Amino acid sequence: MKRAFPILAALSLMFLAYASYQALVVAPTDALQGEVYRIIYYHVPSAWTAFLLFFINFIASVQYLAEAKPSTRSAARWVAIGVGVVGAVAAFVVPLPAGVRPSAIATTALAIPAFYFFIGRYFPAEKLDVLAVTAAEVGVVFCTIVLVTGPIWARPIWGIWWAPGDIRLTSTLVLWLIYVSYLVLRRFSNSAQTQTLAAALAVFGALDVPLVYFSIWFFRTQHPQPVIGGGGSMDPRMLDVLLLSWMAFLFFAFLICWARYRLELMQRQVEEAAALESLMDDSTVSGKAVYGRTGS
Amino acid sequence: MNSVHFLYAALCATVVIHVSYIGILFTRYKRLREQMKDQKRS
Repeated sequence: MKRAFPILAALSLMFLAYASYQALVVAPTDALQGEVYRIIYYHVPSAWTAFLLFFINFIASVQYLAEAKPSTRSAARWVAIGVGVVGAVAAFVVPLPAGVRPSAIATTALAIPAFYFFIGRYFPAEKLDVLAVTAAEVGVVFCTIVLVTGPIWARPIWGIWWAPGDIRLTSTLVLWLIYVSYLVLRRFSNSAQTQTLAAALAVFGALDVPLVYFSIWFFRTQHPQPVIGGGGSMDPRMLDVLLLSWMAFLFFAFLICWARYRLELMQRQVEEAAALESLMDDSTVSGKAVYGRTGS
Repeated sequence: MNSVHFLYAALCATVVIHVSYIGILFTRYKRLREQMKDQKRS
């Protein structure tokens, strides 16, 4: 595994370089926006990757909370299945806003039980919290890119850096703030309940992700319509490059998550060893003290 | 300001954020290795 990482990192860099070449040189220029539209190849894949990572954080947090009792574990599994099935059926039965594809909603709903069982299968209970913090931290990095590149695109196109009160922009900023507060909570709290509190915050924080995504359809916003899942349309050559960029970003995100996950495991090993060492020191000192008292 | 400058600004911002985060991870990793060495010594 240690040997595979540098090889995969080199492959990831090459993939990112190739995707950048496609985005900056090969993809056709937009007739209305000109060259600046190419920011989409960094902005949109970063947003999708951040959403996916927050989704993983949500599933891992739910599982972490559910693992507390066998009864909640079983109930959470059935809830995940129920949400997936009901969501998939409702997507084709309930009338959706114009531009929203039922298949996109059904796929998202079915992803909930799929990810739930996948994560439950490959991550034991004690590593769920490690996965959650990893996904949240890397998700914040990608969400930061979204919040930085968005205004850089908006300035030449809208004439302003930020549209105050715009629901898509504001909800994305709130999403970023929720996950930053999640990381701050984990960093500075020493309570034994920190992991549980952080998991609860993550579950409620994840509710902002659908709000960010669907805000375009349900509210009036300056933000452009989505390029996939309904609404907007895109030149197939541009779409190919966008999907290629997303694949490159996903591969890169996977590698960063891998490194961060291992780092968190190492960190916990060091903390456990330090705690054990201090416990042994204390018992040695108290043993000597007792010996000293009885001996005198 | 030419719109191409905004494109390159966005590209630079993306690279800087990623490289900074990788730098943070690397620093944490180095610090952790030192802690592990100290623990082994003690």
